[in-house]
Amino acid sequence: MGLHDRELNKSPHVSDEVRKTTCYMCACRCGINVHLRKGEDGQPKVRYIEGNRDHPVNKGVLCAKGSAGIMQHYSPARLNKPMKRVGERGKGEFEEISWDEALTTATQWLSEIRNVDPKKLAFFTGRDQSQSMTGWWAQQFGTPNFAAHGGFCSVNMAAGGIYTFGGAFWEFGSPDWSKSEMFMIFGVAEDHDSNPIKLGLAEMKRRGKKIVGVNPVRTGYNAIADEWVGITPGTDGLFILSLVHELLKMGKVDLDYLLRYTNAPHLVIDNPGGADHGLFARDKDGDILVADRATGKPVKSNAKGVKPALQGVCKYARGKVARPVFEMLADKYMSDEYAPESVTERTGVPVSQIKRLAQEIAEAAFEKEIILDQPWVDMKGEKHDKMIGRPVSFHAMRGISAHSNGFQTCRSLHLLQILLGSIDCPGGFRFKPPYPRPVAAQPKPHGGSVPNTPLAGPPLGMPRGPEDLLLQEDGVTPQRIDRAYSWDAPLSAHGMMHMVISNAHAQDPYPIDVLFMYMANMSWNSSMNSKGVMNMLEDKDKDGNYVIPKIIYADAYNSEMVAYADLVFPDTTYLERHDCISLLDRPICEPDVMADSIRWPVVDPATQGENRDVRGFQSVLIELGARLGLPGMTNEDGTAKFKDYADYMANHERKPGVGPLAGWRGKDGDKHGRGEPNPNQVQAYIDNGGFFEAHLPEEARYFKHANKHWQDWAVEMGLQDGPVENIFQLYSEPLAKFQLCAEGHMEPIPPETHKQRIRDNMDPLPTWYPTFEGDAVSETLYPYNALTQRPAAMYHSWGSQNAWLRQIHGSNPMFVPSKICDEKGLKDGDWALVSSHHGAIKVQVKRMEAVNVNTMWTWNAIGKRSGAWNLDPDSPEAKKGFLLNHLIHELLPPKGDGMRWSNSDPITGQAAWFDLKVNIEKAPNQDGPTEPQFPKQKRAKSSPTNIEYGKEWTK
Amino acid sequence: MHPAISVIFFTVTSGAGFGFVALIGLGVPMPESGVGAFFASLIAGGLAVAGLISSTFHLGHPERAWRAFSQWRSSWLSREGVCAVFTLVLFAFYALNWVFFDNRIGWLGLIMAIGALATVFTTAMIYTQMKTVPVWNNVLTPVCYMLFALTCGILLAGSFGYWEAAVVSLPFFALVSIVAAWGAKLMWWQSGETLSSRGSDAGTATGLGSIGKVKLLEKPHSGENYLTKEMVHQVGRKHANKLRMISLLLGAGLPIVVCLIMLIAGANGFLFAVAALAMIAGLFVERWLFFAEAEHAVSLYY
Amino acid sequence: MTSLPTETTGKKLGLVIDLDTCVGCHACVVNCKEWNTGGYGAPLSDLDAYGAEPVGSWLNRIHTFEVTPEDAPASIVHFPKSCLHCDDAPCVTVCPTGASYKRAEDGIVLVDEDMCIGCGLCAWSCPYGAREMDPVENVMKKCTLCVDRIYNDNLPQEDQIPACVRTCPAEARHFGDLGDPESDISKLVAERGGMDLMPEMGTKPVNKYLPPRPKTHSTVEPEAPKAKALDAKGFLGWLDKTLEAL
Ligand SMILES: Nc1nc2c(c(=O)[nH]1)N[C@H]1C(S)=C(S)[C@@H](COP(=O)(O)OP(=O)(O)OC[C@H]3O[C@@H](n4cnc5c(=O)[nH]c(N)nc54)[C@H](O)[C@@H]3O)O[C@H]1N2
Ligand SMILES: Nc1nc2c(c(=O)[nH]1)N[C@H]1C(S)=C(S)[C@@H](COP(=O)(O)OP(=O)(O)OC[C@H]3O[C@@H](n4cnc5c(=O)[nH]c(N)nc54)[C@H](O)[C@@H]3O)O[C@H]1N2
Ligand code: SF4
Ligand code: SF4
Ligand code: SF4
Ligand code: SF4
Ligand code: SF4
Ligand SMILES: [Mo]
Repeated sequence: MGLHDRELNKSPHVSDEVRKTTCYMCACRCGINVHLRKGEDGQPKVRYIEGNRDHPVNKGVLCAKGSAGIMQHYSPARLNKPMKRVGERGKGEFEEISWDEALTTATQWLSEIRNVDPKKLAFFTGRDQSQSMTGWWAQQFGTPNFAAHGGFCSVNMAAGGIYTFGGAFWEFGSPDWSKSEMFMIFGVAEDHDSNPIKLGLAEMKRRGKKIVGVNPVRTGYNAIADEWVGITPGTDGLFILSLVHELLKMGKVDLDYLLRYTNAPHLVIDNPGGADHGLFARDKDGDILVADRATGKPVKSNAKGVKPALQGVCKYARGKVARPVFEMLADKYMSDEYAPESVTERTGVPVSQIKRLAQEIAEAAFEKEIILDQPWVDMKGEKHDKMIGRPVSFHAMRGISAHSNGFQTCRSLHLLQILLGSIDCPGGFRFKPPYPRPVAAQPKPHGGSVPNTPLAGPPLGMPRGPEDLLLQEDGVTPQRIDRAYSWDAPLSAHGMMHMVISNAHAQDPYPIDVLFMYMANMSWNSSMNSKGVMNMLEDKDKDGNYVIPKIIYADAYNSEMVAYADLVFPDTTYLERHDCISLLDRPICEPDVMADSIRWPVVDPATQGENRDVRGFQSVLIELGARLGLPGMTNEDGTAKFKDYADYMANHERKPGVGPLAGWRGKDGDKHGRGEPNPNQVQAYIDNGGFFEAHLPEEARYFKHANKHWQDWAVEMGLQDGPVENIFQLYSEPLAKFQLCAEGHMEPIPPETHKQRIRDNMDPLPTWYPTFEGDAVSETLYPYNALTQRPAAMYHSWGSQNAWLRQIHGSNPMFVPSKICDEKGLKDGDWALVSSHHGAIKVQVKRMEAVNVNTMWTWNAIGKRSGAWNLDPDSPEAKKGFLLNHLIHELLPPKGDGMRWSNSDPITGQAAWFDLKVNIEKAPNQDGPTEPQFPKQKRAKSSPTNIEYGKEWTK
Repeated sequence: MHPAISVIFFTVTSGAGFGFVALIGLGVPMPESGVGAFFASLIAGGLAVAGLISSTFHLGHPERAWRAFSQWRSSWLSREGVCAVFTLVLFAFYALNWVFFDNRIGWLGLIMAIGALATVFTTAMIYTQMKTVPVWNNVLTPVCYMLFALTCGILLAGSFGYWEAAVVSLPFFALVSIVAAWGAKLMWWQSGETLSSRGSDAGTATGLGSIGKVKLLEKPHSGENYLTKEMVHQVGRKHANKLRMISLLLGAGLPIVVCLIMLIAGANGFLFAVAALAMIAGLFVERWLFFAEAEHAVSLYY
Repeated sequence: MTSLPTETTGKKLGLVIDLDTCVGCHACVVNCKEWNTGGYGAPLSDLDAYGAEPVGSWLNRIHTFEVTPEDAPASIVHFPKSCLHCDDAPCVTVCPTGASYKRAEDGIVLVDEDMCIGCGLCAWSCPYGAREMDPVENVMKKCTLCVDRIYNDNLPQEDQIPACVRTCPAEARHFGDLGDPESDISKLVAERGGMDLMPEMGTKPVNKYLPPRPKTHSTVEPEAPKAKALDAKGFLGWLDKTLEAL
């Protein structure tokens, strides 16, 4: 036969044009090349989407969701026109209206409120990636009731980090993949940093370095880890502090690092019962004191050349004694309470494993020390000729943060990193610009509600202490509808979106008039107690009016939440609009690169389907702002200041020279970071592949918390306005202050009900306490833990409308440990009832070995309401899929005191999704479907039966 | 494997048809000409053709079926097509001579019989060649197919009532053939080759067997796909045993009883026809099981 | 033509899949579908796409296995599977139409879909579940090794690799010439003990799988610590000594 192969066109035409923009199938925000090709109707159609190789985030790769962008963009569940509700809430019955009618209605509703009491608008924006703009809008409107989804997502992670060292994981920093010798990953299934983590793990593997996965479930990243710690949920704090115990006992901590960069030597006043107990000892200038190692005398911590002691009582003023933080922490963590033998039972981690891991960590950090010949100068002016690395790195996400002890657990993990000296050193954890940014460099939260007046500052921020709480005159009642920055959750830095609907329904602390939401499926997977939330949204008062009077909602698709809106703004898909991924917001930088990016309409919505009349939500918001006459959005003459969001992106200035986008500023586009607005800035981004990047100078790449080169560069680039002092807070004084309030020593004083819990939980040194739900329910009634995990190939609820992704995850079983299966007589495919203190669900079982013996789990947000997302009402998502949310309540079970606490972290208000305790039994009726089921949501239109995408090009 | 009706129908009817053609070609006593010959030819050819037509229902693109003749050098399906058409063309010529000219051309019959048996053999080889389905991948598979075809041929031939002219007692011949065919089938069932008897399991399918016991936790997609629908078919053991009994009763038991009656009480065309129909009915069940019980390598990891 | 090529160049293009790094993210699966649905041959269609029983054709799929050793806790292995472009490809020899063939030039196994009658035999003969009949187009689909990418002059040189390889975020997929013992991927296979799937089927697959590296079991005892544990008093001593040295 020989070498005569058949004729084959090996170089077929690929696409007519490639347009580069940013993916939005999830919040990772990878760069994408969108290949366009003429479709049958002569209009450009998406042929193929691939990763942009030049992009700092994904470096060319693309995940499953990103690769399914075509099906997301052409989803039959897309909304096409503004709608007003015609049926009862929840039914999904709407009438299409014009944009003018929609905007006029909204303007009328909102201006009525703004004229009287702006806080009657609750504006909550879900998984918003334009918070710097939406938050600014809320500020101009004058309502404190603004937040995005962070409160129910992972504020513990963010706040735990910012309050400890001015950074955190994900957007704030990442492991030094190319230099780490050992890497430990805690409680991560997928994370926001989806592609970068995978790229990083691949790099560690290529280099043959050890990866340890700490997770009750051994799938995904944990499956490829070299070692698995199958921890009991909610006990990571104990495990971590036990590692700290071991390291301290071995003397494996970096004292030099602690002295230079942390408050380890700072003196803490030891005056039990006194009004200053637990505060730092300060001199009359207000400077924090340390004890001089040679003399034992107190000296200013920032005095030049001071050699502070790390132990010993210091008489720092007449009759007053204080002790260094380090001594306190050594006392605390070296106690038997944290010995491996004491924690093994609770954590489920063998003593030998804790001990061995502590040794391996110590070995990686101290025996495999990295030395870079890179001179640098620190902020005190001291010159260093080397950068010394402790190459152990850590990463964590919701597995540790979505618990009621998550803030303290996150702090514990950072304590561990700091003791090792591995923060922002070669091989350790690295800050991403604009971080580090400690609390002092962050805004404070702003409250108030004055008719027709903006707030004095942004609604969200980081409280410095009790003085920054947002309470009403009485010092008790929250100012905000979500009760953020109140005694319920003093450091709720991201707000508490998960409490908005239930508080608005209870009219506690006050009733609202308009609930305005964007991009959050609150009547379904985004809420705890989904069914209860649906009822609250439908509930009417005795006059037959809805208890929550008006709901405006902006979504791109026919989600479960759309059914509850009175007025619907149809958003574009991510390929049809301008977006701004700004350094003012949630940036996309990598440790060595400062970067921001845009989205732009790579296809014009008008060409993307019949009668498609959609607008980017941010543009709509800007127009609403102009119609309402909001400052910043209106010219003197009352006309709109910005044409649309693209115009805002280029021309809005947050402060002179600093705007939403950092690249190509200045009239001629030749300035970066700072510079006057450039009218052609958006085009400059488009020409550069949709993003801007600036590389950090070599000498600025590590030790940014104390690096003069970094500080200078950051100032030059507009990331900060001057040097920022960043001392790592092993001991957190703000927490000590809250404890003093609870003791009655400091104003304001919390109500009786809250005193105990503030005293117990707001320990200034990282600590561990049992999760609240676990503590509140009976161990015999609900002996097991139940968790959800993110599937890599599905994004919350919005992936199910995707014809490709839904084939991968069209339904979800409950993965149940084999031991429980054997005890309960459960086999694969059996129907079981899983119950919690709040309710029961009926689900199908899948037996599993590679999981913590007391923990069952399922994929998150696969279950759908029948009829939602324009899916067949009998689709597997509705009939075999389920939500765990029906078992989770936003309140804890009632205690003896009659109080029902929110199911959240007591410090930050982070929703405690993973505290859930359950039981499981074989269902008496072995037929489906899953339960609960809900009345069908009306489908907006029918969906096509078959898809043969791309057929026109294959002929 | 998914027991597709079109394929079951194809293998059973074309087997019976070609079996009958073979017997005719071998010169089994038959009506000499005219109506009787016409009906005999119609049934033999009809069954064979109906089977072949049915097999095209299984195709995604029946309009391209002609392409299937091209690869006789390597493909058993292609060979089957070629053999079938070759045999049917010969048979058409043979039948014309027979029906209209009262002439059963002996040498042609012989070639035709070889062709018919080759067709059945090639049909069987389509399955036998599949290493992925160990129970098929067995020398007994073509033996069964051919013996079943021949038996059907004998019983069908007998139905025309010309047994007296036979050199051997046709009922006896039929009895031997039935026993032989089902004997082979019993041996086939006995042999029960499985993936595990061939050394394949989830461990070899994944190469992970050396690490530990391998079990599928999650399918690639939560729903079904072509592979699970086509290759992974589960029949309950009890159910399968029941169906085996039914196939044996219909396909073996009843025809044997009929043959015994005929041996004692004398042959009878009607009784032969009853036996033939029972046999074919039994084979439908047997064939359903042939597919439904066959475990495909894909089931190791789905 | 449906016979296997008798003369070849010796080139055997294929994939090497690293089970030690695959996190089971399905990126390769979806990107493959996306590339191929508007590319080689008929689209990869989806039947009942928004309905109760959606079924589509895919050229690459990820299984998840649980592997339980005798003396250690179970682990999970994510397992991508597409055509292995076998040397002794039964799917080629069973094909009655000549639609299935193996290229002499580089060993890629392809289906000429215009010739395919959709009989399904090739899928039956494949032990790896690597062929799927398209539910709408009714022709046999299989991995083409992105033959329309790897030689495509309309793509930049660096993108002339399979879509799945280009997109894999965990770098678990490698592409190259397994016929050349000096190629990077041949060396990788040699180094990591790359294995064949179901060698007993006699298909001689070209694609190779790199096995997961051995894991550390939780009960492995720590070695005698290099640093001695310090008691409370010892700790203070150590502290003083260390500070002294700074
Ligand atoms: N049981 C359990 N529940 C959980 C969690 C858990 O771990 N377990 N996790 C929680 C967490 S961390 C989060 S962040 C939430 C996430 O939950 P949600 O924030 O509700 O996320 P999605 O389900 O993705 O829905 C967001 C909405 O955005 C809409 N949308 C999608 N694209 C666009 C667009 O381009 N424009 C507009 N305007 N709208 C769009 C979708 O249609 C959908 O209605 O879930 C929470 N719920
Ligand atoms: N593909 C995809 N990517 C996503 C999302 C998505 O829906 N799909 N959602 C995005 C969003 S909004 C978020 S917030 C992030 C969240 O990203 P992740 O933090 O990865 O979120 P989860 O899937 O909730 O993962 C929690 C992990 O923690 C484990 N876990 C639970 N409790 C504990 C515990 O007590 N200790 C330890 N050690 N582990 C525990 C669970 O088993 C699970 O593996 O992902 C983002 N990325
Ligand atoms: S991780 Fe995936 S979905 Fe998220 S932005 Fe990147 S490519 Fe898109
Ligand atoms: S893309 Fe890579 S890591 Fe993801 S499933 Fe495919 S091979 Fe595995
Ligand atoms: S993997 Fe299957 S389809 Fe691919 S060449 Fe081998 S036998 Fe043929
Ligand atoms: S399905 Fe197509 S490619 Fe496969 S054997 Fe049949 S004709 Fe050949
Ligand atoms: S090589 Fe191409 S066709 Fe084959 S699995 Fe990869 S992407 Fe799909
Ligand atoms: Mo989240």
